[in-house]
Amino acid sequence: MLEIKDLYWSLPGGEPIINGISCKTKGRLTVITGPNGGGKTTLAKLIAGVEKPTSGQILFDGEDITDLDITDRANKGVAYAFQQPVRFKGLTVRDLLELAADGSLDHTALCDLLGKVGLCADEYIDREMSGALSGGEAKRIEIATVLARNAKLSVFDEPEAGIDLWSFSRLVETFEEIRNNSQGELIVISHQERILQIADDIIVVADGKIRISGSREEILPALLQGEYTCACPRRMGEKK
Amino acid sequence: MSDLMNTNFNDISKEMLKVISDYDVENGFQGAYNIREDSQCAGRQSSANITITSKTDKPGIDITVKPFTKGETVFIPACVTKAAIDDLVYNDFYIGEGADVVIVAGCGVHNDGEEDARHNGIHRFFLEPNSSVLYKEKHIGTGSGKGLKKIDPVTECFLKENSQLEMDTIQLGGVDRSTRTTSATLGKNAKIIVRERIMTDNEEDAVTNFNVKLEGEDSGADLVSRSVARGNSHQAFYSVVEGNNRCTGHSACDAIIADNGRVDAQPALNASNVDAELIHEAAIGKIAGEQIMKLCSLGLTKEQAEEKIIEGFLK
Repeated sequence: MLEIKDLYWSLPGGEPIINGISCKTKGRLTVITGPNGGGKTTLAKLIAGVEKPTSGQILFDGEDITDLDITDRANKGVAYAFQQPVRFKGLTVRDLLELAADGSLDHTALCDLLGKVGLCADEYIDREMSGALSGGEAKRIEIATVLARNAKLSVFDEPEAGIDLWSFSRLVETFEEIRNNSQGELIVISHQERILQIADDIIVVADGKIRISGSREEILPALLQGEYTCACPRRMGEKK
Repeated sequence: MSDLMNTNFNDISKEMLKVISDYDVENGFQGAYNIREDSQCAGRQSSANITITSKTDKPGIDITVKPFTKGETVFIPACVTKAAIDDLVYNDFYIGEGADVVIVAGCGVHNDGEEDARHNGIHRFFLEPNSSVLYKEKHIGTGSGKGLKKIDPVTECFLKENSQLEMDTIQLGGVDRSTRTTSATLGKNAKIIVRERIMTDNEEDAVTNFNVKLEGEDSGADLVSRSVARGNSHQAFYSVVEGNNRCTGHSACDAIIADNGRVDAQPALNASNVDAELIHEAAIGKIAGEQIMKLCSLGLTKEQAEEKIIEGFLK
């Protein structure tokens, strides 16, 4: 369970990006959506500990983790899938998955993990996580490293970006499996309708604030009509 | 069948041999081998297909592999175990037509004394047509003496038609000074592949010189050097790939620097034929912050993440 209290964050130059966000996740799968540049990725980074908030508090299972670094948060059970996968010369897919799982993985476990993101283990486990992989391949491996952690809370930043349609369908199934089997809480930043449709709760972030949040049933219908995401105040006015 | 009775080397060598040439303490080396310790022969065995004989005009050995020998490994490690040794050895490898063998070289220098200890191995490879060699060379330095530990290998390779030489070289710390000089001349359709990994720390200094001449039609070279320079150490990478025929040449120098480490990379490409395709890549930089962050997000500390990144980079 994640609780965010009055969170602020600004760029080093002072430009405010997150302007007082407070929320509490309740469901098993929360989707954060909203217009580009609204602060979603920054919010995910603040949750993972990649960035430190200017002010405010982040509580995880009731414990204040605001001052914990990435490593400490990871060890408390927070996992984070980067929007842009990180490349490593020399580290193989197996190396990364085993680091993520904190132990060696047998062939079946590797097959299961990579299968969840639509990749065949035999083709990938010994390949370097380097620039030789395509963007979509690297992105799916990045997601698999987070799945391998079996974390209490997994945060995925635009998991759909760069992934083909077939792999994306498999990924949506994987998120559903995690949610249905209570294998951990998920926060997914996404614009994809198919991901919004499996959400328990939806939070719309725009201009560094929460525009609206609630259950999928409450938020999704209006969201699909553009009522909460439209960035143009005049058009917002028209709809009202 | 190995013969432990033919070997006579000290415990320092034994420890270094385990690292540099996968020495099996129980069974010794299998097949042909020659162990050099402090400028002396500390064990030798030929096999039915691989003959090792002493040179008569200078220190060193001739290793002759019969044509069409397949799947055999020959071990020729060298150890220097004390100060004030300046070992110079000339080893020539004659690889018969159609042979396909593995050569495990490697050198360990141990120095607990005040004076320097050095091994200088001058190796020449003569590959007959259609032969193939995998050459593995690992270098280490151990001991706590003030004397420097130096390893200066010189390797000259002559590759005839359709032959292939793959060199896999590693130096992972403890060697104070090393100058590695490798040259190769390639005939028609011959290939050379070099994979070099070097890590230096403290005040260590490592210099690599490559010079590859692609003389034969459709010959090819692929040189990849990965290095990590930490502490106050320094590394230099100089390579020259000459394309004098229709050929392909690729060299890459990829370096990570940390602390006050320094790396110089000077790659050169010389082409004298319009169909010579030569490429070079070079990159020097610190470990990317996002790489550390990614591994920290998997539960590693910053220090563990750096170690893992370097370990993978030099793997």
